[in-house]
Amino acid sequence: MGDLVSGPFAAIHAASVPALPPRRSELGRSLLAAFAMALVLGWAGRVIELRPLELVRDIGNIGVFLKGYLHPSFANIGEYAWQCLVTICIALWGTVLAAAISIPLGLLGARNLSPHPAVYFVTRRIMDVLRAVNEFVFALMFVTAVGLGPFAGMLALGIHTGGVLAKLLSETIESIEPGQVEGVAATGAGRLHVIAFGVVPQVMPNFLSYVMLRFESDIRSASVIGMVGGGGIGFYLWDTIRSFKDREAATVILLIVAMVMLTDIVSSRVRRAAI
Amino acid sequence: MTRASVIDPISPVVTLDRASKVFSGRRALDAVSLTIVPGEFVAVIGRSGAGKTTLLRCLTGSIPVTDGAIRFGDGELAGLRGRALREHRARVGMIYQQFNLVKRLRVIDNVLIGRLPHLSGWARWASVARVFPDAERDIAARCLEHVGLSERAWQRTDTLSGGEQQRVAIAKILAQEPRIILGDEPVASLDLANGAMVMETLRRVASSAGVTVITTLHHVDYARRYADRVVGFRQGRLVFNGKAVELTDRAVVDILGESRPSDAAIAPVLAAEPRWATS
Repeated sequence: MGDLVSGPFAAIHAASVPALPPRRSELGRSLLAAFAMALVLGWAGRVIELRPLELVRDIGNIGVFLKGYLHPSFANIGEYAWQCLVTICIALWGTVLAAAISIPLGLLGARNLSPHPAVYFVTRRIMDVLRAVNEFVFALMFVTAVGLGPFAGMLALGIHTGGVLAKLLSETIESIEPGQVEGVAATGAGRLHVIAFGVVPQVMPNFLSYVMLRFESDIRSASVIGMVGGGGIGFYLWDTIRSFKDREAATVILLIVAMVMLTDIVSSRVRRAAI
Repeated sequence: MTRASVIDPISPVVTLDRASKVFSGRRALDAVSLTIVPGEFVAVIGRSGAGKTTLLRCLTGSIPVTDGAIRFGDGELAGLRGRALREHRARVGMIYQQFNLVKRLRVIDNVLIGRLPHLSGWARWASVARVFPDAERDIAARCLEHVGLSERAWQRTDTLSGGEQQRVAIAKILAQEPRIILGDEPVASLDLANGAMVMETLRRVASSAGVTVITTLHHVDYARRYADRVVGFRQGRLVFNGKAVELTDRAVVDILGESRPSDAAIAPVLAAEPRWATS
């Protein structure tokens, strides 16, 4: 039985070794790449003043610094907890705004859907700007318009994340199966119908997943955006650290860690249930 | 071959008048003249690159001919764009090798896609959110019943087998009420039993509605069995144009340029009495 199965293959395996085309050695290229990488890393290390020995020598200073944080104060915990809730609300509305912004941008910025190459180009550049400018910068800008507070922070988060989601959405759209779109367009359906039936069902699961992931990251951003007047717990984080209220700062940091962990857990549960 | 009772054909006469299509110096279609009368079931055969797909794409209006003309009735297809092109596409029902259904949608929603060009006013806007008037849903349900897949209506389309998906595609065409059906290798990715079933369904619905079908087919035996007329292409030129019964083995060699491995395997499947002729 074994012979019956292996027989024909054994004949192939026992045949003389054919002459394959010569293989080019890649050792030189690998060495060159490693050398170039080392050069870049070395230079970048000098730029950032990389001094690992100092870290080892003075590590005790961190201990002194942290000592103040060992006894968190619970005097103002009610206010901090409320500000954590405000932070979550900033992230929630910021993500909704971002999703709303990303849909038109994502559709116009997808190569296979954009009505004209010029529209595609301009939309892509708008996305680049939204992504390149940090939410802190946007927050400073909106503070001048709507004043200090969570509204400015939410707008800043929404605009920046809108650019990120638009890029993810447009790339999802570019990778859809064209056949399914063609099947809708072939009925003579209009552009809106082709998008609603041919495109939306294909991109929806990925898009929802991206939105939820960005919500988790928006929580982290919202927890520090208060440093520049964008509302939420970030203001207290900044204020307590800057005025050396170590015990208060410790409370704030603990609450932020708890909030991020909690929202991540809830969000990933919802994400799995929804998709 | 007996034909099912043909009610007044609704299809226009399709005329190709020395139609040519040149792609960067290569003649994909070379002065093809052909008249297809309403209600005919036409099989297009030929090797890869013989011009079959180019012919279909010219008929859908997605590419213009370089020379000559293609006419549906009195209307010429040259230069159709925007709204006029969409109206032409609504009159043409397409059926593809890969089915081209929206996989994540329910079966019934895929059938309803065929109704999209018929909607107007509020129904047109509501349909963007997949809300359809009851009358439209009733039509879709009947079309699905017609291909024998009613019980699958609420299933996600990609849970169906290939043969079932192609029948859903036929139901979608029934909902669309086209004036002509174009097939791009509709059974090439199906096994023999499913392929025969899809061809029978296509033949039955086309015959009972009197709609013209023009479809490319890989298997000569499918063409012989289901088509009224066979047109053969070779290097962009029309080299055979005759009744299916006139497609001799000799003619097949002329079209395909070589004798192909026997299609004997398909023979027993296709030997049974065709169902479309009796229903």
